[in-house]
Amino acid sequence: MYVAVKGGAKAIEASHALLDQARRGDPATPELALAQIASQLTLSVDRVMAEGSLYDRELAALAVKQARGDLVEAIFLLRAYRTTLPRLAESLPVDTDAMRPIRRISAAYKDLPGGQMLGPTFDYTHRLLDFALAAEGKRKTVEPVAAEPQADCPRALDILDREGLIEKVAESDASPPDLTRDPLQFPAERALRLQNLARGDEGFLLALGYSTQRGYSSTHPFAGEIRIGDVDVEIVPEELGFAVCIGEIRVTECEMINQFQGSRDLPAQFTRGYGLVFGEGERKAMAMALVDRSLRAGELGEERTSPAQDEEFVLSHADNVEASGFVQHLKLPHYVDFQSELNLIRRIRADQTREAAE
Amino acid sequence: MIEGYNFAYLDEQTKRMIRRALLKAVAIPGYQVPFASREMPLPYGWGTGGIQVTAAIVGRSDVLKVIDQGADDTTNAVSIRRLFANTTDVATTERTQDATIIQTRHRIPETPLREGQIMVFQVPIPEPLRWLEPREAETRRMHAHADYSVMHVKLYEDVARYGHIATGYDYPVVVDGRYLMKPSPIPKFDNPKLDRSPALMLFGAGREKRIYAVPPYTAVRSLDFEDHPFRIEKWDESCALCGATDSFLDEIVVDDRNKRMFVCSDSDYCQTRRAHGHGPATDSQEAAE
Repeated sequence: MYVAVKGGAKAIEASHALLDQARRGDPATPELALAQIASQLTLSVDRVMAEGSLYDRELAALAVKQARGDLVEAIFLLRAYRTTLPRLAESLPVDTDAMRPIRRISAAYKDLPGGQMLGPTFDYTHRLLDFALAAEGKRKTVEPVAAEPQADCPRALDILDREGLIEKVAESDASPPDLTRDPLQFPAERALRLQNLARGDEGFLLALGYSTQRGYSSTHPFAGEIRIGDVDVEIVPEELGFAVCIGEIRVTECEMINQFQGSRDLPAQFTRGYGLVFGEGERKAMAMALVDRSLRAGELGEERTSPAQDEEFVLSHADNVEASGFVQHLKLPHYVDFQSELNLIRRIRADQTREAAE
Repeated sequence: MIEGYNFAYLDEQTKRMIRRALLKAVAIPGYQVPFASREMPLPYGWGTGGIQVTAAIVGRSDVLKVIDQGADDTTNAVSIRRLFANTTDVATTERTQDATIIQTRHRIPETPLREGQIMVFQVPIPEPLRWLEPREAETRRMHAHADYSVMHVKLYEDVARYGHIATGYDYPVVVDGRYLMKPSPIPKFDNPKLDRSPALMLFGAGREKRIYAVPPYTAVRSLDFEDHPFRIEKWDESCALCGATDSFLDEIVVDDRNKRMFVCSDSDYCQTRRAHGHGPATDSQEAAE
């Protein structure tokens, strides 16, 4: 009996063997290749890269495969690997003005310089299961018409900016804080908050952003601009002294336009909410922009009344690697603590019984 | 050793960062030092703080013991010990007196610790005021002012409501007369072992990114009231395997008719006693008691 409760080593080994078997599935079906995951489950891979904070399609595909498709587990795998990597250089800020977009829309303007470009979106699909997809390799495809590459694609929000109708972006050359090198401390500045949100759990941010649309501190958002595309990553090697491009990454950027009443000293103007994530992650980028705007409540003189405005609440609970670990640690044995509680509750009850008898 | 990873998994810069935090923690007993906790290959909440502390201090000549609930063979203790065996090749042991580093979850061994030994505690929630005040900015202010009135009020309310301080584990202590500290979820039975211990006590909270410490021979006082003095758990039973009456006992339900047995939670202590010829208390002894 005693041994059955403890005795872990053999059980762990057996469990790992079972896990390996379950991951592989029916051996009669072909094993998934990483290239298949990386090129056909692209949005899974994108989410794992974004919340895993590591831009590497192949490793993210490996994580998805190893995690049996559990994306939060895959994110954890990628994070645990990322933490062992040396920091070789810091990149310059990516210039999303120079993005080569595959998608670019604005919900605030019917048309704008650079045009509206849908790109590959689920937006106007009918969500009907496509049984033709089930029959492998027997599907007719329509060749997409390539959109004209946009040479000049100014930001929608710059149009407002030129009129002075939207708040100026506070510019700074200071190095941003680094969440992965310094512990999160409060109050947190906006750059740090954005960093936290960028790797935060999509579901958590989605729910928080949604809550702001349902009266828990409304921010009157308009999707000013959403763009998805490729940007260059540049570093300045010390021995060269000028920027060199080391590669490109795909990112999704969302700029929200939010209402702001203004004050006696400040003319009425719109305010900003910002979201940026690795890969194609439009839902996440939009939710992030909503939450970013809500978290600016203090700075904009708004009363903090809702969860989405509470930076300690949001930032402390956004990380799904932390959250998943701590929720699931309840599976670990707690019999010593439970014994203490049993002891205590029995003593309290014994005292109460004795007192009642007296 | 696993290929492709540094000694004890973490890179040397990270270990140095953790050691700096540890030095500060030792210099200010009971104070929670923020540190840049890393993702580890084990999940948050499963001992990542303790693992990072151990990884930062372990050297090739160390002998490591890992326990969970007092036992060396619980699954998570096995898993953590294996991580270090795979990434350091250091010797591991189950014997308390042979270990130089003891990483633990929820217990302090029954065998008294000695000088030169280091206990590493896995800490889920480092902030003793957290259940009374959820905001970090506020609790840090309370620590700065040594303003612990909310905790005293909470304990008083327990006494008023239940006739006892209703905390069985992670029982709050004051370290060196200054900082209120959570001893991690050890049963209060273990609290007296912290007081003026010859061993160094290090506490790591990975998810919460805090490190704190109790240096050797430091006073650690469990909070109480003059008319409600601190008391530890007691059992009417003795260990069903080694007969110990002075150890923390786990209650094991053995059938579906409420029959149960009590055994030492500290598996090494129990094993050592049995090796020295101790056995369960006989019926005649029990009858005599």
